[in-house]
Amino acid sequence: MLPFEVLEHTADVGLKAHGHTLKEAFENAATGMFSLITDLENIKPSTSQEISVEAEDRESMLVEWLNELLYRFEVEYTVFKRFEIVEWDEEHHMRAVAYGEPLDLGRHQIKTQIKACTYHMLKIEHNEDWSAQVIFDV
Amino acid sequence: MFDALERVSEYVWRIPVGYKKGMRVPGIIYASEELLLRAHEDKAVEQVANVAFLPGIIKASYAMPDIHWGYGFPIGGVAATDIETGVISPGGVGFDINCGVRLLKTEFFAKDVMDKVDALMHEIARNVPRGVGSRGKIRVEREELEKVMVEGVDWAIRNGYAWDEDTEFIEENGRLAGADPGAVSDKAFERGRDQLGTLGAGNHFLEIQEVAEIFDQRAANVFDLFEGQLVVMIHSGSRGLGHQICSDYIKVMDKVVRATGIELPDRQLGCAPILSREGRDYYAAMACAVNYAFVNRQVMAHWVRESFERVFVKSAESMGMRLLYDVCHNIAKFEEHFVDDEREKVCVHRKGATRAFGPGNPLTPEKFRHIGQPVLVPGDMGTASYVLIGTEEAMRETFGSTCHGAGRVMSRSEAKRTISGQALKSELEAKGIRILAGSLALLAEEAPGAYKDVSQVVEVCHNTNIAKKVARLRPIGVIKG
Repeated sequence: MLPFEVLEHTADVGLKAHGHTLKEAFENAATGMFSLITDLENIKPSTSQEISVEAEDRESMLVEWLNELLYRFEVEYTVFKRFEIVEWDEEHHMRAVAYGEPLDLGRHQIKTQIKACTYHMLKIEHNEDWSAQVIFDV
Repeated sequence: MFDALERVSEYVWRIPVGYKKGMRVPGIIYASEELLLRAHEDKAVEQVANVAFLPGIIKASYAMPDIHWGYGFPIGGVAATDIETGVISPGGVGFDINCGVRLLKTEFFAKDVMDKVDALMHEIARNVPRGVGSRGKIRVEREELEKVMVEGVDWAIRNGYAWDEDTEFIEENGRLAGADPGAVSDKAFERGRDQLGTLGAGNHFLEIQEVAEIFDQRAANVFDLFEGQLVVMIHSGSRGLGHQICSDYIKVMDKVVRATGIELPDRQLGCAPILSREGRDYYAAMACAVNYAFVNRQVMAHWVRESFERVFVKSAESMGMRLLYDVCHNIAKFEEHFVDDEREKVCVHRKGATRAFGPGNPLTPEKFRHIGQPVLVPGDMGTASYVLIGTEEAMRETFGSTCHGAGRVMSRSEAKRTISGQALKSELEAKGIRILAGSLALLAEEAPGAYKDVSQVVEVCHNTNIAKKVARLRPIGVIKG
């Protein structure tokens, strides 16, 4: 099982993240999103931030989770590579720790500017494993 | 191929109401067969039909010739809704609220100043922060940011970033009414604080261009454009502030849709009645981002003027660096239009579409009012941009709207696989186009091959009279994030 796949979309770009649990798929979606922004191997997980998300359902929680990370990236100039969800009620609340380091444009070449995570084609599926699909506005 | 579509005329196609159950009005697409084929392949046609589900939508869900697959609305989408019974949809504006274009004129012939272009590019690049993760030069704390949101370019005049006459040549005079910072989240304030006067990345650019061809001499005279003229185009929007406001309100609208049971085929089309609290709040917040974007482009234009002053050691005034116009292409606005032969105030959503008011409209600057509003169409960096003029037909048919650019045909990852940033840079340089890009990977995403031919798009607008060609602009120097 790949942690995530990148989806093609004419104007934008999407992700389909996988996990044995939905929680894991959420963590992988975040990793996938930062892999679109910059090369993960150049990020040292030297600092961490705590992130809480409240939502109406699990789909919107996925969007809120990724948008919150984009917000931290932009306002705090921090790039992340590893994510651990520590509280999880699946539908309405989650709390996570994101590990990364301050953005250093010398080392972290920006590959894609992601403006936001959209609700378009938003899909969470459960077969044997879980998958979480999102489209970003870039 | 286009079985479901009815051909109305050579360049106009109708999606009948029965195409999808739930459509309230037909879809109307302005496109050549070739452009339509592209739109069909990438599901943009479906999206035109989806927009027709919006409560209160009037006449039709429109798509301009640069239509391509967006999220929710197609890019190139226009939808007007009834103020009393209709909805407003943040997805119908997009994340980059008031993404738009402005064009600064000069009195130079490009050929006379080619030896200065490198110096100009470096000076501008030094002055205008750009790219992802770069900090702006201006930091506006909350109280000041509230003024930017409410006053728009009037704030820029007070702070020495604008000439008094500039506001006359900006859509809404650079100040959209109805802005209320109280409707803007703390997060949006945080994001807006240090991004004023920054170009951003993606398809945004700052270009030194030459007027390569004039199609309409009369209009060109009124616009003060001449063949060979050096001009500067700025394409940017409201940056993170706008993205955050859109995200915040899509969440709000999602709740409204659930609570009210509005049926929509795509969650990204989330909306609320215009007159509801949520609808009013969104408009008030969106207007804040609209004004922020006007100021953003204004501050950059100011630095462009300063850069010219340093390179030429002359005043910007003496070089004739006046604003031709500044137009928005991601916006929702209350405008008066003729509906069933009656003047009616409607809410026009333009998502990747440009206002194109025809002659005689009181909202058009006095200087141009007798001929129509200048429409600025940014192309991709290798080819051309256009100046068009608004028409009576656009007023009658498309709620005074026309195309906004080239429209993508290739996904970003496909573009990156096909074209390396370095190869592209060399290719453009061989054509005499200088490039300064913050990131070569980002440059590849925006390669000309990734876009539809802007000339084809403009041709369809011209032939359907939803805007007429005035001038073609050729890039000389491209600055990107």
